[in-house]
Amino acid sequence: MPAVQETVDRVKRIDVDQYRYGFETLIESDKAPKGLSEDTVRFISAKKNEPAWMLEWRLEAFRRWLTMTEPTWARVNYPKIDYQDLYYYSAPKPKKQIGSLDEIDPEILKTYEKLGIPLREVEVLEGVVRPEGERRIAVDAVFDSVSVATTFQKELKAAGVIFMPISEAIREHPELVQKYLGTVVPTSDNYFATLNSAVFSDGSFVYVPPGVRCPMELSTYFRINERNTGQFERTLIIADKGAYVSYLEGCTAPQRDENQLHAAVVELVTHDDAEIKYSTVQNWYPGNSEGVGGIYNFVTKRGDCRGNNSKISWTQVETGSAITWKYPSCILRGDNSRGEFYSIAISNGHQQVDSGTKMIHLGKNTTSRIISKGIAAGVSQNTYRGLVTAHRKATGARNFTACDSLLIGDKCGAHTVPYVEAKNSSATFEHEATTSKISEDVLFYCVQRGLSQEEAVGLVVNGFVKDVLQQLPMEFAVEAQKLISISLEGSVG
Amino acid sequence: MALLEVKNLQVRVEEREILHGLSLTVNPGEVHAIMGPNGSGKSTLSHVIAGKPGYEVTGGEILFRGEDLLEMSPDARAAKGVFLAFQYPVEIPGVATMNFLRTALNAQRKARGESEFSTPDFLKKVREVAARLNIPQDMLRRGVNVGFSGGEKKRNEILQMALFEPSLCILDEMDSGLDIDALKVAADGVNALRSPDRAMVVITHYQRLLNYIIPDFVHVISKGRVVKSGGKELALELEASGYARFEDAA
Repeated sequence: MPAVQETVDRVKRIDVDQYRYGFETLIESDKAPKGLSEDTVRFISAKKNEPAWMLEWRLEAFRRWLTMTEPTWARVNYPKIDYQDLYYYSAPKPKKQIGSLDEIDPEILKTYEKLGIPLREVEVLEGVVRPEGERRIAVDAVFDSVSVATTFQKELKAAGVIFMPISEAIREHPELVQKYLGTVVPTSDNYFATLNSAVFSDGSFVYVPPGVRCPMELSTYFRINERNTGQFERTLIIADKGAYVSYLEGCTAPQRDENQLHAAVVELVTHDDAEIKYSTVQNWYPGNSEGVGGIYNFVTKRGDCRGNNSKISWTQVETGSAITWKYPSCILRGDNSRGEFYSIAISNGHQQVDSGTKMIHLGKNTTSRIISKGIAAGVSQNTYRGLVTAHRKATGARNFTACDSLLIGDKCGAHTVPYVEAKNSSATFEHEATTSKISEDVLFYCVQRGLSQEEAVGLVVNGFVKDVLQQLPMEFAVEAQKLISISLEGSVG
Repeated sequence: MALLEVKNLQVRVEEREILHGLSLTVNPGEVHAIMGPNGSGKSTLSHVIAGKPGYEVTGGEILFRGEDLLEMSPDARAAKGVFLAFQYPVEIPGVATMNFLRTALNAQRKARGESEFSTPDFLKKVREVAARLNIPQDMLRRGVNVGFSGGEKKRNEILQMALFEPSLCILDEMDSGLDIDALKVAADGVNALRSPDRAMVVITHYQRLLNYIIPDFVHVISKGRVVKSGGKELALELEASGYARFEDAA
């Protein structure tokens, strides 16, 4: 069909452009030499003016990492990573400056347009600098976002919420960081988490004091401010007794990075009666149509429901990266605590996704809920891997799991690998799983009503993932919906 | 000019020829009934006109207002005004009927270079049509056809027909799975859409439906071609004598 072919070509062109954009930027000064050694770790720590305890913590992690081996149990294949051939630190640098949006590839602008991101915001995201005469406008645009951000900061401060880069928190709130860092994901946890502990670049730190409901979605702030998430991100969020915070990481806009290996760690802690809602939209560069390039994303995310009646909820929309290895989990330690995991994982082209969750029931009457929607297209492989376990003492533990997979085309694969373990006879665990193919009849019905083949796929898929989309903050649900359609372009035909 | 001209159409499905030179001409305002036994090629004809994949046209042509329909993608045909009411409408979980209707209508309008409906205008239009067809608002909020009864599914097809205002409506076995009351409601809905600019092709196995939707012409299909054409009385004749007589003629 000509329309589809045209889209395929267009997507291919975008691939090429993204590749160019992603790797063109030359790393200038202010970077650590290639390779990983104690010196690299010391260099990073010194660059960030870290106190001695932090350096020690990193070094300990590094020494442990040297004794570990890369895990191979996930259903992903990639060439061996040469860890000595990578850069581990480079100072954040401004994007290549351009004069106006006219200089940006129109295909990329189209992507923004399809996502519904306002052009003004695109200018900021793409680093447009207007010529001298017009400067006011551009500066206003930038200043606008800065001032919005500042307003947010004031509001947060008034509420007593601490929200800052973790590198600053290490200096300004060492007692909090020391108390919590590595208590959910210990430095010895796994190969990639340990690597992150040694060389993490930056990330966010959030502390919500007792009884405080964070006055805004921290996403709102993120959208404007925090673009450069970087390679070894480290995030730590603490909701003290009775506190609540909703946090959104990532962006629907395509993300490019010259570093292929990403290994982030996110730790969440909720005390009694507290709640954290953590949402992610991940759209890293997935590699080109031949499967070359693309980000390797090895992420460790874990929440600890430390207090009674506390709650942690993960929602993720994963559309990017060549390889995704990611299992946002909950340790349900407090009595009556609750963990939730809502996931949409889309793989197209040559992408490989191995993602899922762990719900570890330790406290009494703990509950958890897992809703996972995997969509595989192209020649991709999409695996759900989950663990639900109840400890001997976790009386009355309950879990409900539903894993649905949708296949588009006949060259992709969907796999479900659930581990269910009850060491307590009072546990009630339910597991449902379905795998279906997107039906020709449904597609024909839609096109007979005037939808193009691609609109039809987008519509059906968005219906399939609706339960999860509803968990996202409103403004992102709309964008994520569009992102899902775009991710699947060229998958039928 | 004729609205639809099917000329000497030959169609294969997986090496088996289903239609062997079928011809049919439909003018605006006319209602044609296509009758025939199971396996005669009735549904194949409707699918090929609408552009369903999996059929290979090996000969003949289909013109729609003089344009080559077979060259158009199925969605382009829909935008041109070809509507197929399905024998078995599919379910689309998670997609609210209202949302589906709006997406489809606006896709058609966009393809025709018309402006998209604004939300209030659209809602007004749907509510009006739905009320006429006795479709409760609650049905519009549910997933497309999800948990709908047979009658509700067919009414949903007619709702779309009324909303999209196509110039050619093909009704594929509209009576299947309907009890007599549901059939009457559906037939009333269809009759309300008869107009001098709109033609209908009613495909049916039984004469019963034609008591409610009275055709101008009746065609009997057997073994992939039209074996007899006539007025509405032909349907009654068929009801009395069965298809066997025509099968010999083929």
